[in-house]
Amino acid sequence: MLENFSFRTIVEYLPLFGQGLVTTVWLSVLAFAGALAVGIVLAAMNLQRGWLFRIPAKAYIDAVRATPLLAQLYFLYFGLPRLGIILPELVVGILALSLNSGAYVAEIIRAGILSIPRGQVEAGVASGMTYVQRMRFVILPQAFKVTIPPLLGQAIVLVKDSALLSLIAVAELTRAGQLLASDRFMPAEGFITIAAFYLLLYYGLKGLAALSGRWLGLAGVRT
Amino acid sequence: MIWQQLQSLAGSYPLALRGLGMTVMLSLVSLVLGTLIGFGLGILRTGGNRLISGAIGAWVDLIRGTPFLVQIFLIFFILPELGVELDAFTAGIIALTNLAACFICEIVVAGIRSVPTGQVEAALASGLSRWQRMRQVVLPQAMRIVLPPLVGQYVLLIKDSSVVSAIGLTDLTRVGWLVVQRVPNGLLVFFLVGVGYFIVCYPLILLARRLEQRMGAAHGEVQI
Repeated sequence: MLENFSFRTIVEYLPLFGQGLVTTVWLSVLAFAGALAVGIVLAAMNLQRGWLFRIPAKAYIDAVRATPLLAQLYFLYFGLPRLGIILPELVVGILALSLNSGAYVAEIIRAGILSIPRGQVEAGVASGMTYVQRMRFVILPQAFKVTIPPLLGQAIVLVKDSALLSLIAVAELTRAGQLLASDRFMPAEGFITIAAFYLLLYYGLKGLAALSGRWLGLAGVRT
Repeated sequence: MIWQQLQSLAGSYPLALRGLGMTVMLSLVSLVLGTLIGFGLGILRTGGNRLISGAIGAWVDLIRGTPFLVQIFLIFFILPELGVELDAFTAGIIALTNLAACFICEIVVAGIRSVPTGQVEAALASGLSRWQRMRQVVLPQAMRIVLPPLVGQYVLLIKDSSVVSAIGLTDLTRVGWLVVQRVPNGLLVFFLVGVGYFIVCYPLILLARRLEQRMGAAHGEVQI
């Protein structure tokens, strides 16, 4: 019953929640780094003129976007051992988050690069710049700017998605709530507390996205 | 060995169909309810009453700021403590509808705000009532902005419905989980689960893309 909502139990379990929060943060950071790597490679493949790289990249992005993360997570969790690859749950989880978010990051980066007006590229060509120089000095600095806010939006999604790792027994924040719910039969205390912690992360990242929009001089950025 | 597995998988075919049916059912019900409530919330939020729009904004932020899995657990485990009896299916529908309504509310607000104020002023000057302004002037123009992300949101909703398997609903993902306990070939089983979702989601993704192009073109923007 909610009238005997036990703050004492929450305080008692605070170290567990703290550990869960720390795990959620660092596994999200690692997964986001992985997603950036996957996304950059996919975006580069997707922007090629030839079909050899473009088609596989598009197929991958569409396949990821049309299926749920949970199914992808189980695909790796139950599927990798089949290939003789035995990894700890935590690693499987980070891998799944990276591969999933990577597809979305790829689209963000591609949109950023395509947002640079064609004339800029032509001006680069006319100034005698090579492809690498055009990328390095003309396109990427400008594209970088517009991709930061949506990338932070994707980071928010990733942190929330990481809750699903509790379903393959990774000891992150949601798992801590589940433990309190099942050990003491106090679901309210467990889940309201972790919801509060997730909100903390959410508002932190959202504030960062708003700030970055202001620093970069982008008007009316919403995440 | 692979033959045995395939045979065993073929035996799970009715279960898979039931799972797919559950996924479609969950998504469809919450999609319809979520759209109705989402539009209602969006219109209320832009309505000018500070208290109402503040309350809606705060609720939407709460929902956007927490993982869907946590929301499901909260609804499924805490509502009964408050004396509301509910089964997993109802809990799933409530959670999904609420999620959809909140995201659609944001989309509708963005759409309504995109309509130039001059349009509303002109409608006011023509003596249209509040409802008429919304119904005949603002919403039809807002739909251009609303429609592409709305369809995209439906895709997200179908995918999010997989999370309700965590409270024991036998949807497509749960079927995969059950089958993989008997047929130890996770790659094959979850590949097939993925195909099931792909068949439902991919047409919607294509539709969203098309709408985006058409609506963008209608705005006179240059397509790259």
